[in-house]
Amino acid sequence: MQVTDTAPKPVTGFKFNREGATNVAVMAVLLALPLWASSVGEDYYVNLASLITIFAIAGVGLNFAIGQGGMVSFGHAAFFGIGGYTAGIAAFHSFEETLFMSVPFAISGTNQMLIIWVVAMALCGLAALAIGAISLRTEGVYFIMITLAFAQMIYYFAISWPTYGGEDGLSIYLRNQIGAVDTDHALTFFLICFGLLLAAIFVSARLSGSRFGAALGTARMNETRLATSGINPFPIKLTGFIISAMITGLAGALFAELNGFVGPSMLSWHRSGEIMVFVILGGVGRLYGPVIGASLFVLLETYIGEWTEHWQLLLGFALLGVVLFARGGVMGLIAGRARHD
Amino acid sequence: MTKPVLQVKGLHKSFGALQATKNVSLDLKPNEIHALIGPNGAGKSTLIGQIAGWITPDSGSIILDGEDVTGETVASRSQKGLGRSFQVSSLAMEVSARRNVMLSVQASQGSSFRFWGQIKSDRDLRETAGHWLVKVGLSGREDVAVSELSHGERRQVEVACALALKPKALLLDEPMAGLGPTGSVQLTEFLEEIRPEIPILLIEHDMDAVFRLADRITVLVGGAAILSGSVDEIRASALVREAYLGEEA
Amino acid sequence: MTAALIFEQIINGLQFGLTLFLMAAGLTLVFGVMGLINLAHGSLYMVGAFCCAWVTQQTGSFWLGLGGGVIGAAAAGALIEALVIRRLYDRDHLDQVLATFALILIFSEGTRMVFGSMPLYLNIPNALTGTVALPGVEAYPLYRLFIILAAIAVALLLYALISKTRLGMRIRAGESDREMIAALGVDIKTLYTIVFALGAAIAGLSGALVGALRSVQVGMGEPVLILAFVVIVIGGIGSIKGALIGSILIGLVDTLGRIFLPVILKFFMENSSANSVGAALSSMLIYLMMAGILAVKPKGLFNASN
Repeated sequence: MQVTDTAPKPVTGFKFNREGATNVAVMAVLLALPLWASSVGEDYYVNLASLITIFAIAGVGLNFAIGQGGMVSFGHAAFFGIGGYTAGIAAFHSFEETLFMSVPFAISGTNQMLIIWVVAMALCGLAALAIGAISLRTEGVYFIMITLAFAQMIYYFAISWPTYGGEDGLSIYLRNQIGAVDTDHALTFFLICFGLLLAAIFVSARLSGSRFGAALGTARMNETRLATSGINPFPIKLTGFIISAMITGLAGALFAELNGFVGPSMLSWHRSGEIMVFVILGGVGRLYGPVIGASLFVLLETYIGEWTEHWQLLLGFALLGVVLFARGGVMGLIAGRARHD
Repeated sequence: MTKPVLQVKGLHKSFGALQATKNVSLDLKPNEIHALIGPNGAGKSTLIGQIAGWITPDSGSIILDGEDVTGETVASRSQKGLGRSFQVSSLAMEVSARRNVMLSVQASQGSSFRFWGQIKSDRDLRETAGHWLVKVGLSGREDVAVSELSHGERRQVEVACALALKPKALLLDEPMAGLGPTGSVQLTEFLEEIRPEIPILLIEHDMDAVFRLADRITVLVGGAAILSGSVDEIRASALVREAYLGEEA
Repeated sequence: MTAALIFEQIINGLQFGLTLFLMAAGLTLVFGVMGLINLAHGSLYMVGAFCCAWVTQQTGSFWLGLGGGVIGAAAAGALIEALVIRRLYDRDHLDQVLATFALILIFSEGTRMVFGSMPLYLNIPNALTGTVALPGVEAYPLYRLFIILAAIAVALLLYALISKTRLGMRIRAGESDREMIAALGVDIKTLYTIVFALGAAIAGLSGALVGALRSVQVGMGEPVLILAFVVIVIGGIGSIKGALIGSILIGLVDTLGRIFLPVILKFFMENSSANSVGAALSSMLIYLMMAGILAVKPKGLFNASN
């Protein structure tokens, strides 16, 4: 499956060009606004920035699959949701002081975020291993539909499994903790998310520039070349898919913490579409593209949503406009076509 | 008697009612260029597909350096020493020639599951790739995007990619196609040059090049290898003239 | 558990499968001829249902409504083909997915603006209320039987259209070789619009038919769309025959699984957990079946392009 010829190589680190300057500006604004909002006591805006940051992490994950590996997954909500449910279920058992499972060995809940993150990413990795192993045997439009179908399967499972709230979802009454850090403090939580966003971008950039990244990028550009060079494409793509799912899963765990709630809507296919929108609005394959995409999405939802309840109509037209007339997304408009070395 | 590097034994392949490959056997010995010729629709592509590993034969076997690779993937055959170039070149177009060759170098050095080191600053990887590009005559063009290279240059990049894997045999699919007269001459000289190191199975339409380069020629018609022999034998054969050269003229 | 119940569920599964086929046929046709993945196909299903409900309300006639649903969906299909879809044929699948996802947002919000968020209810026409006796089933709802017959009629018409008419010949040519039909002097733009509108019309019919069985509301097409994707993935993309067989398979497995899985599980576990495990498992059943089929045949059962 080939993503357009415009799919660029990610720029590693900041360079003195328009893309680099935009990246710095966007990250600076994203960091500065909540700092300011918190200082004047407007936690609402801090949480809005946290939402943008979390969506951006989800987008960075998907962008790794699409922009680097050329794997157009329409089922990343599955990983977003699994991450969310991991946080929710862990908190649920921790709160109720019950066991998650007792056979063959006892697993209790936890309210420690660090553990939850690791477990969430591990579970997403396993789910991606299973989904990818089947989906990656196919390509192109099959891959899109199959990833969508598997995400839908998990969605229906969540709806019909009553233990964790089924259709109603599950509340997280007390936000999970990291040692003595006050995660309930809005700004603290934002800074945690922002740190993880930077980490996700950094890891994504390192991986893209590595030998593995070179192989994965070639899988996107020309799979025949990869195989002819003596590298079997399947394990490379599967590994890329798993990494991508783990990053998006981490975002899901944070999303559940932010909302204090996890429900099947995290797994719905609209969510998969939205994560894809973050990636595309910003520009496929641009390292910081999802940050721009998620910002635009959240601002559109918040401010046009205040003005009219039919904001999705405008989102639809905006998205259509970007796809039809502004290939390369916002970053494409700002920085032009990406250059390659 | 020298041991063949590549052996094709009794290969059969049908697509529905169409028998695309009928009991084809051929081999490639060290230090030789073995040309495979045949009119359009003779089943050359299907045969190459089976040798390279894209198509699974119905029966028969493919042996590379004494090892049966019939069930192996394309990637594993490349790893085991089957280098190839394509009729329509198949490269990562968006990146530089060097990046394309670097991938082969990386594969020849072992695992691609290395996640942290940056290839940009991997001097050894870059320079080894550069060495192969210079060897195929692309000195000075190493860091040009493949999409900006000419057809001939792209073919050279492909050969560099193949050489970087230190192949035991080369499978070149119409390497002369799309080259100008100078390009053909240069490539012919280059193939002459590497023949002592790496034997070549050459599929080629350009009969001048074939007659100049080949040590042996096999003629494929209707999916079957109807004749195999030296250049002079093939030139003299009435059968070939009828089945093949006659058609071309 | 009686034989009659089993038989009734089989017919229900068949009915569900055949309505899925009406969706899947259009999707697979559009993919086969134009190479386009159209997420907005579910919106056309919804448009058909809303048009049907509206016309029925205005005229009091379900039959006029049904015609209105088909025509409305076909018109909507032709319109988006000319304005948007046409620009997507040469694009990669990612662009197609996003643009048609955008169309879903536009259609859903647009419909909500016109009709509001409350579901509409379509009444089954008087002539089709009541039940009929079928072999093995004493009283089967007549309207469900009507849906089965209507879907079979559409399937036959579609078969006749594609195998026997000039248009069908062009469609088949378009599936095998796009350049060839252009060379034959066929006006390819018009052909594509017709094929797209045809797929839309069938989706609209499906939406209108099912609308009377359930309710007519925004978003009603999306679950069906995803099931139709599962159908064509199983059947092989581009294959109408595969879509038919895949639809019936999905319809039967889904319907029977929901009824019988909890029953079967009761042999192994206590009632309450059998019910919840059964419900969860049966909701995943068709996807697991898809995974199983793809593990063996990655290109579906009847891949057209192989």
